[in-house]
Amino acid sequence: MTADTSRRDVLKAAAGVTLLAPGLTLIAAAPAEAGRAPGMPANASNRWGLLIDTTKCDSGCSACVDACKTEMALPSHGRPLTDAQYIRKVTVKDPKSGYTHSLPVMCQHCAKPPCVDVCPTGASMKRADGIVLVDRHICIGCRYCMMACPYKARSFAHEDQTGQAPHNPRGKGCVEACTLCAHRVDAGGRPACVEACAATGKAAMLFGDLGDPGSEISRRVAKEATTRIRADLGVDPAIRYQGI
Amino acid sequence: MLLLAALPVMAGDLTPSFPKASGTCVEEPGEMRKHHHSFLKHQRDDTLRLGIRGAKHSLKDCVSCHAAKGADGKAIPVNAEGQFCQSCHAYAAVAPDCFTCHATVPDGAAKTAAR
Repeated sequence: MTADTSRRDVLKAAAGVTLLAPGLTLIAAAPAEAGRAPGMPANASNRWGLLIDTTKCDSGCSACVDACKTEMALPSHGRPLTDAQYIRKVTVKDPKSGYTHSLPVMCQHCAKPPCVDVCPTGASMKRADGIVLVDRHICIGCRYCMMACPYKARSFAHEDQTGQAPHNPRGKGCVEACTLCAHRVDAGGRPACVEACAATGKAAMLFGDLGDPGSEISRRVAKEATTRIRADLGVDPAIRYQGI
Repeated sequence: MLLLAALPVMAGDLTPSFPKASGTCVEEPGEMRKHHHSFLKHQRDDTLRLGIRGAKHSLKDCVSCHAAKGADGKAIPVNAEGQFCQSCHAYAAVAPDCFTCHATVPDGAAKTAAR
């Protein structure tokens, strides 16, 4: 009996230790996950961006696109030409060599966004931290921004919408696009596409702060060759590519 | 005489009635009744345009407190007939535009909501 009790005590103590260990891990991980403090506006010292290594991007993989649709609750109406898409896979081919590769294209979160320039109501806007958004409260659905965007990044909601995600309100008659998952970024996370890409093991997408010289993305951009799509336009996108 | 007797009953039927919220409101109920649209309109610009998170007048928080659960355990949209938002707006003959875009059920319930 006594031996049994002491055995139970030992087990209890062991359980206490194992319970404590994950607790400690959580506390250690908390600062990395900490987002902007409540009440604080987006900061101009940040410049959120992506570095996409197209050599790691598989043409048959659509993990980023699928993750985006789930995260942002984008339904399919069976009409691919007009269905809302915040990110899409594009296949490019060198006609001379026949070299083909695939890359994801989304809102490039330009520093000088043409969509913002042309918007007649001020709905198309750039946040202090460089994230380009549509203020759907004042969007009149003229689609001028869709014409202006050199990246074909924006979509228009043609139908009445139901089942929206609470963090992505969207409705008929408004233009919409990738928000760089601002809701996740503000909470200290990274975009859903980046997370899904990492989960496949390819890790072709790196999210980070281009405004922080110490961040991984800044360090890589400083020492590796990167390109931006249609850099000649001078719109200064925050999405950089490697291997194009 | 018959009309007079019927009046109070009618008035009782017309007054908005809705399921009780699951938490305490961020403002006095009277204040909220009068000014909720101003609170929401002010904060929506702060949140979207400035990126300020965690302020107290959040439509998302309204929905998560005020969406009742049906017999099947699923959340009922706040703009469904007889529910929190709709019952008052029907009484006041005002159509809220919020829910043409915003989710009507709390987070997590959205994925299971009818599409």
